[in-house]
Amino acid sequence: MISLTSPVETWAHRLPAGAKLLALSLLTVALFLTDRPEVLAAALLAVLALYLSAGATFLRQGAAHLRMLWPFLLLIALWHGLTGQAQAGLAIALRLLAALALANFVTMTTRLTDMIAVLTRLLAPLRRIGLPTRAVELAIAMVLRFTPMLVDNGRRLAMSWRARSPRRPGWRIVMPMAALALDDADHVAEALRARGGIMTETHDRKD
Amino acid sequence: MERNMTQIALFAALIAALGLIPSLTLAFGVPITAQSMGIMLAGAILGARRGALAVLLFLALVALGLPLLAGGRGGLGAFVGPTSGFLVGWPVAAFVTGLIVERLRTGPLAVSVTLASIIGGIAVMYGFGIVGMSIVLDKTLVECTLLMAAFIPGDIIKAVLTGLITQALARSRPASILSRQ
Repeated sequence: MISLTSPVETWAHRLPAGAKLLALSLLTVALFLTDRPEVLAAALLAVLALYLSAGATFLRQGAAHLRMLWPFLLLIALWHGLTGQAQAGLAIALRLLAALALANFVTMTTRLTDMIAVLTRLLAPLRRIGLPTRAVELAIAMVLRFTPMLVDNGRRLAMSWRARSPRRPGWRIVMPMAALALDDADHVAEALRARGGIMTETHDRKD
Repeated sequence: MERNMTQIALFAALIAALGLIPSLTLAFGVPITAQSMGIMLAGAILGARRGALAVLLFLALVALGLPLLAGGRGGLGAFVGPTSGFLVGWPVAAFVTGLIVERLRTGPLAVSVTLASIIGGIAVMYGFGIVGMSIVLDKTLVECTLLMAAFIPGDIIKAVLTGLITQALARSRPASILSRQ
């Protein structure tokens, strides 16, 4: 499974993931606290500088991730152009671009393993009150492992549908996909129980 | 315990897989993303609690940086964009759908699942989505509702399909409908 982390190694890859996430949350809140276009424009320029510092390839990748925004930007331009509130529209568009680009920057410069480590640390207090945090970590690994398998199941079901019917395979393959997923869940649960279950390791660990 | 956990994980993977399969076209040729149908199915099949946890797990993986949203989107940006309210509403949508399927035990399963999906997967989800959009785009709730209205018919089709799929699953393997166990 390919994550959205950029293969272009930048200085920001070396920063601790927790610090990046904290800075991102604070800055995103700050972006929503102001309505002044000049402040938001400065913020967007600062984010652009971040991308530029990482190089041209990285900038191109980042721009590609922002493509989903253009229908919304078009909508804002039309709306505020027609109602004559150009300044308010500009503020909304700048904030949207800056917030999304900043969030994408953190995603692009943080490895999946580092993200999972932050999540584990955030979940640690829950272990004290008896919640099975190891189950969460195992579940994440399982989704990573099983998503490509379920996609493959879907492809095979679609292929066998085409072999039997001249029509396109549609929603009908979702039922067997769900049934196969539930079967897999049963098999993995049995395998886990046979190996001592998910709770045992938590008790043995001394942390 | 183990079985609960693996069912939650496999359904999170199913929601991801439904977003990655591009060729899910309806009978009359309208292409739809099956991902929001996965949210409805999680509630309808797994029940309120496990369904909501499966959706939460899926969203956690999106936030960690995996491109699992329909169209290959993902990462932290998905949670600040104009449609972020819908993502926040997804676990609640699955929970409400599951709760209604668990409680509403009269009549055919397909009908109660369709009804539950319309209330949970459409009314609740759009509620969150529209509030989120009105915050991000700085528009009134009515304006955002009008913007999103075009997508509701497609979601009603998904709610009906969720009913049909759940009923087909119940017929072939009754033990799979965990919301009714």
